[in-house]
Amino acid sequence: MGGAADILELIKEIRGRRIKVLVAKLGLDGHDRGAKVVARALKDAGMEVIYTGIRQSPEQVVETAIQEDVDIIGVSILSGAHIPLMERLISLLREKGIDDIPVFLGGTIPLPDIPKLEEIGVDKVFLPGTPLYDIIKYTVEAVKKKRSRGN
Amino acid sequence: MSERDSIKEVLGKATKGDKAALGRLLTIIETSPKKASMVVSEILHEEGGAHVIGITGIPGSGKSTLISRLISHYKDKGLKIAVIAIDPTSPLSQGALLGDRIRMQEHATSPNVFIRSVPTRGVKGGLSFSGVTMIEVFDKLGYDKIIVESIGVGQTDIDIMNVAHTIVVVTTPGLGDDIQALKAGIMEIGDIYVLNKSDKPEANKTYAYLDFALDLGELGGVDKRGWQPRLLKTSAIMGEGIRELADTIEEHLDYIRSSNKYTEKIQTRRMLMVKLLAEKIFLEKLEETAENSGEVRLEKDNNLYQASINLIKKVSRELERE
Repeated sequence: MGGAADILELIKEIRGRRIKVLVAKLGLDGHDRGAKVVARALKDAGMEVIYTGIRQSPEQVVETAIQEDVDIIGVSILSGAHIPLMERLISLLREKGIDDIPVFLGGTIPLPDIPKLEEIGVDKVFLPGTPLYDIIKYTVEAVKKKRSRGN
Repeated sequence: MSERDSIKEVLGKATKGDKAALGRLLTIIETSPKKASMVVSEILHEEGGAHVIGITGIPGSGKSTLISRLISHYKDKGLKIAVIAIDPTSPLSQGALLGDRIRMQEHATSPNVFIRSVPTRGVKGGLSFSGVTMIEVFDKLGYDKIIVESIGVGQTDIDIMNVAHTIVVVTTPGLGDDIQALKAGIMEIGDIYVLNKSDKPEANKTYAYLDFALDLGELGGVDKRGWQPRLLKTSAIMGEGIRELADTIEEHLDYIRSSNKYTEKIQTRRMLMVKLLAEKIFLEKLEETAENSGEVRLEKDNNLYQASINLIKKVSRELERE
């Protein structure tokens, strides 16, 4: 898992396809080291990453996704409010008709909450300590899947 | 549905104010020159009368924060504002981290504001083409102010600044050797120079130097038809000097509207669009053709110049075939 050769393969796939990712800090939470590390890793893997900065409302995140026309949204929450925030975010995406955009979540999420989040419509939850490679691999695959559905 | 029809449909929705459609339209412009041309041919017959403002200056000078303040100012006046925020693509990974928006997120949900981040990407001419075409689209959709933010480095940036009606160059105090740090290229193109972060202690000294340089004609020169470049102090973070900046930008707009320069700029923009697209198409094909032609051997009767000409011929043959 996660060898340098695999990463090179992934990067090759990304080139020419230009994956656009929105990395968002949702809610009243200023701890953005994790979001920045992920944003940087995705950028280094050849993706175009838009970072929203801290303390964003679900409305701001959805509007940003619309204006930037992103392929995928990565949300970071360490405040504990992940369930109501993700509920709101995903219902807004539905309202705007852009719920084909996969949403992944990272942060301090208690294990028992994961099934609930998946039920809400979160595509994937990453817990602390996840290797960056896993996040990169997931992102490429999720966007590939979305594009093959969409076009 | 044909390609043209689907573009018409997206454009139609965007014209009615559907932001998601506008977002997709801009992606089309960024990714496919052919479809971008279809978009342009649908919109060129009309123009919206937007004021294009270019804001450039070194990284960290506070451009994004300043733009956020300008957006607030224009919003209060009931205007529609579009921002094209250009950030560099990494030459190593081809990836980009686009962070200009962070300072403008308070406007993310405003119905009259549309902000789009644009990475410079590798191909020469590519950025300028999509940037200039995006200006055309926002103009057609009735945006009053189109603000283009860039880092002021390289020809693509200069190109895109040249199609702006009003060019604002932003700098800050404490850049080391006073004027020296400001001389590199962009300091000559401004209609308005802004010393941002003027709440810093060394601001007055930098202001005095800039004022002196402006007097000497080292910063911009007086426009032949009479615009004397201005120097202003702002502190975007404290919200100081914003009204003065906005007023000066309006003054410059009045000047260009009264001097024909407004239409001239639109002409420049459209000519440039053709040139930049040609450049983009040619360079992409050149790269592809060069890669596929394998090893080129330089021999006595096949010299460097001839080999290049042959490559160009091959490229045009292939383009013609398409």
